[in-house]
Amino acid sequence: MTRLLETAAHPRSLRRVAIEPITRVEGHGKVTLLLDEQNRVHQARLHIVEFRGFEKFIQGRPYWEVPVLVQRLCGICPVSHHLAAGKAVDMLVGVRQLTPTAEKLRRLLHKGQMLQSHALHFFHLASPDLLFGFDSEVERRNIIGVIGEHTDLAVHGVMLRKFGQQVIKAVAGKRIHGTACIPGGMNKALTVEERDTLRRETTQMIRWSQEAVRLCRDVLEKSEHAPIFGVFPSNFLSLVRANGMLDFYDGGLRARDAQGATIFDHVDCTRYNRYIHEEVKSWSYMKFPFIINLGDEEGWYRVGPLARLNNCDGLDTVFAEHERQVFREAAGGGMQHATLAYHWARMIEMLHAAEGIERLLDDPDILGTDLVTRGEPALEGVGVIEAPRGTLFHHYKVDENDMIVRANLIVSTTNNNQAMNEAVRNVAATYLDGNKLTEGLLNHIEVAVRAYDPCLSCATHALGKMPLVVELVDAEGTVVDKMVKDARD
Amino acid sequence: MISSETKKTFRLDGKEIPFREGQTVFDAAMAAGVYIPHLCHNPDFEPHSSCRLCTVIVNGRPFASCTQPAVAGQDVKSDTPELNEMRRTLTEMLFAEGNHYCPACEKSGNCRLQATAYALGLQDNQFPQFFPRREVDSSHPDIIFDRDRCILCGLCLRISRDVDKKSVFAMTDRGIGTTIVVDSPSGLLADSKVARTDEAVQHCPVGALMMKGEAYMVPIGRRRYDLRPINEDSVAEFQAREEALHG
Ligand code: SF4
Ligand code: FES
Repeated sequence: MTRLLETAAHPRSLRRVAIEPITRVEGHGKVTLLLDEQNRVHQARLHIVEFRGFEKFIQGRPYWEVPVLVQRLCGICPVSHHLAAGKAVDMLVGVRQLTPTAEKLRRLLHKGQMLQSHALHFFHLASPDLLFGFDSEVERRNIIGVIGEHTDLAVHGVMLRKFGQQVIKAVAGKRIHGTACIPGGMNKALTVEERDTLRRETTQMIRWSQEAVRLCRDVLEKSEHAPIFGVFPSNFLSLVRANGMLDFYDGGLRARDAQGATIFDHVDCTRYNRYIHEEVKSWSYMKFPFIINLGDEEGWYRVGPLARLNNCDGLDTVFAEHERQVFREAAGGGMQHATLAYHWARMIEMLHAAEGIERLLDDPDILGTDLVTRGEPALEGVGVIEAPRGTLFHHYKVDENDMIVRANLIVSTTNNNQAMNEAVRNVAATYLDGNKLTEGLLNHIEVAVRAYDPCLSCATHALGKMPLVVELVDAEGTVVDKMVKDARD
Repeated sequence: MISSETKKTFRLDGKEIPFREGQTVFDAAMAAGVYIPHLCHNPDFEPHSSCRLCTVIVNGRPFASCTQPAVAGQDVKSDTPELNEMRRTLTEMLFAEGNHYCPACEKSGNCRLQATAYALGLQDNQFPQFFPRREVDSSHPDIIFDRDRCILCGLCLRISRDVDKKSVFAMTDRGIGTTIVVDSPSGLLADSKVARTDEAVQHCPVGALMMKGEAYMVPIGRRRYDLRPINEDSVAEFQAREEALHG
């Protein structure tokens, strides 16, 4: 039903409401609503200003610069781009299998990234809405409010994020924008000291992550919103291992439909563009990917924590696997479709990452020094990983002089573009339709977007420094009313 | 260190600096442990005083210290607010004129331009960026030449001519249009006489002329100027060289 709101029948007679930019979402996102005199919603769209210029920018640069250059794409998850580009570049130097140490270091780096990003996403950006209510007083609904009223929780959030960053720093040499991945491997071995320092913290991190899973589950169980807020069926896409288990770093592509039936499975990532296409819509800069054989109407899908937990057959760490089973049972063993379940899935993944970090640190290979390998060079490379917010594709072609001639990136945000629009329309129809707009009501829209992605443009902005400007504009584009609020987190 | 025949001295910023006959102000200062910022000069090769960063005031007049002979009793000023301001301005102009994206550049941490900017306390750039788009020559299997990062120090040119005896590189055009060209029928490195082992391709102070296949092998934090700032590093290197050459 909500798909009907994508395009209004008679837009000129309607009022336009723009929510721009969305607070606690990195980058530029804008929601426009077209309303009539009775505040009935006729159209709801999420516009994302994506920095597509990047693919042009790297043309004519040598391929080995790419893993470093792409880190500038995103202020929250530079490591994800670094890893995806690193995998693509491995293919360019003919490497499909890294040395055991290099692969484990990359996985460690990736889990550190997953942990810090999920902690930031949940504690800093989402928990104010969940703890205080979507339309609670705006002065309170931010991380400062959480620190004031749930001090332990806020401290755990900060410490978990910090630990993730320490893992990144140990592996990559820097907290952000390191240069760990080089063609065919890694450039830095982990020292015993670095390993031991991290290992001393893992028990605590696992415990705090378990508490976060429980807290999130409790909040959602008690929430009046959870069963109706942004709940809609969709397909799901993610990476899985050959045995169907979840894998953040490598594997084949699996797509399932809303009932859990397999659409495709174990697809070799290098063949992704035979299964997924991107549709262009006139009103958005960001493309809309879809599964080719289902078509652009039916073939859109969701990626990210919810998709990964719905798709995989299990997690290979004990505590997180237990929580995954609880998560699936809550949906009667079927697929979870609630937008807010993203947060629950996210916390389970954070726990999984914390456990995975501990296991990797206990693996003797992690201290190895055999870091780089080489093969027969190729002119094309594809790297796909599960980034914190979902599947991330990097695809490069080079000429015989090692220069990039073509690049294609499908970032997590793009993969979730249709899904986020779906969520915006769903929430607009359920909560806003016919009501007088208030800041609290408009925040419902932002809550929906934030569940998927606090990182819309993959552009770097100072966290939480963005104000919210809501403009009521008539169909001619004249501003008839305006609301401004400051983001305080 | 300085042998008994070199009793002559000049004053540098109020300090007596001994020198040997034929030494430049720059060489004598560095040998005495005083850093003078410099970019186009590499003490292992002939100086040609093009960047003017090493400018000092000798008896009231400006000279490039890398080519200025030391003379007994002269009064030299180097570490003054005015000269350092001029050095910063020159460095800013070099940054504005090329594409120096330090965060992603493989030379970061090993780059003399970046390290010198740090040593001069450069924070920002008052000049608008040119964003040039000059041709990158990646035709050679072992060498890549990114002209957008070239600061026209002329080192590759001098070394190829004087040491490798190949004269692979030359400067062409004038003023702001000046670029380095390659002596080959196609103008590309692949068709030139340059080889991986040439001295000319080992000493580029920035990330313009580089070896392929070595990028990012050394992690950030362990690169040359991560370990020691350029003012300390150049003096130490110079003194070690003096020690080896002159005992
Ligand atoms: S390529 Fe390097 S060595 Fe040659 S002139 Fe340019 S900056 Fe100097
Ligand atoms: S170092 Fe003397 S002029 Fe450049």
